[in-house]
Amino acid sequence: MSTWRNHQRAEPAISTASLPDIVFMLLFFFMTVTTINNSELLVDNELPEATAVNKLDKRDRIIEIYVGTPKKNLKKVLGTSAQIQLDDRIAHLNDVVPYVLGELSKKPEAVRNFVTVSMKVDKSVKVGVVSDIKKELQKAHLFKVNYTTYQGNDPNSGF
Amino acid sequence: MPRRKGAPEVNAGSMADIAFLLLIFFLVTTTIETDAGLDRMLPPIEPPEEDVIIRQKNIFTVNINKNGQLLVEDELMNLKNLRTAAIGFLENNADGSCTYCKGKKDPASSDNPTKAIISLKNDRETKYSTYITVQNELVGAYNDLRNREAQRLYQRDFTDMESEYLNPETPSSVRDELKDKVKRIQDMFPQKLSEADTSTN
Repeated sequence: MSTWRNHQRAEPAISTASLPDIVFMLLFFFMTVTTINNSELLVDNELPEATAVNKLDKRDRIIEIYVGTPKKNLKKVLGTSAQIQLDDRIAHLNDVVPYVLGELSKKPEAVRNFVTVSMKVDKSVKVGVVSDIKKELQKAHLFKVNYTTYQGNDPNSGF
Repeated sequence: MPRRKGAPEVNAGSMADIAFLLLIFFLVTTTIETDAGLDRMLPPIEPPEEDVIIRQKNIFTVNINKNGQLLVEDELMNLKNLRTAAIGFLENNADGSCTYCKGKKDPASSDNPTKAIISLKNDRETKYSTYITVQNELVGAYNDLRNREAQRLYQRDFTDMESEYLNPETPSSVRDELKDKVKRIQDMFPQKLSEADTSTN
């Protein structure tokens, strides 16, 4: 016993051979969990703040519409008035109905009744454009709308 | 010189470093975005077949002009006072049928919470941020009242209960129990927020 103890002076090093595997596992986890938003924003999109908000956590039931003034480098081409962005292109008001119906048909049938249109509208936009879009959505029979906002921290709110 | 057998092994010690580098890159670049916002139901485009007669005193009109000024019940109002005014209107309880209301029972204001309607009108030129702030205050008024009743009945906030009910991770047994409670509170103060067409002038 004592001879064996004397023999082994230094403690054995912990094997780090499985460390890459662990890290890769983490890596793959993050790669699958996070969604990378592919559509590049062509319009300024600073959302307003609100406190009494509901969370939109089911990504598969959302159709997004962006509204805002064109980004700085696109101002020469697109002008300075508010524009509607659907997917990755600037669209006209008349394109809203075909777009939302097209997106709706891509969704699985089970969730079609629960689809919400998330309106991401820049702070500085006038409400006129928004109400025009709302009228178009009514034509498409999509009545569930979410005015997407940043979550403000108002201590008076119920949260 | 010792003889080698086969090809030399590649040193895998730096593999972990490389993987960490990738991991940190993904952690930094991706944002887990959970959007939040104000949920609204749009009215159907067809007008209802029969006209529903609503008495003027049951309607709380909020007008926003293009400069962001508020006209509430034909009086100019500051945004700060909007929530209190809306709460006062909702739980006014003029006909006395609402047992849990603490309103003033002013005969010129709403009959009871189920009849009270908030009508929001805005100009086309109103700024979107103002519009959202006003909507937020009105939804906040409903939430305040619902929270108060939920605290009284179940000792917890309505918004808290609702978010737990809507959370898909909540076990279904808890959710079934919450469903009745949430429904009960919602029926106490039904959210009747009408967004009429924007005026053009």
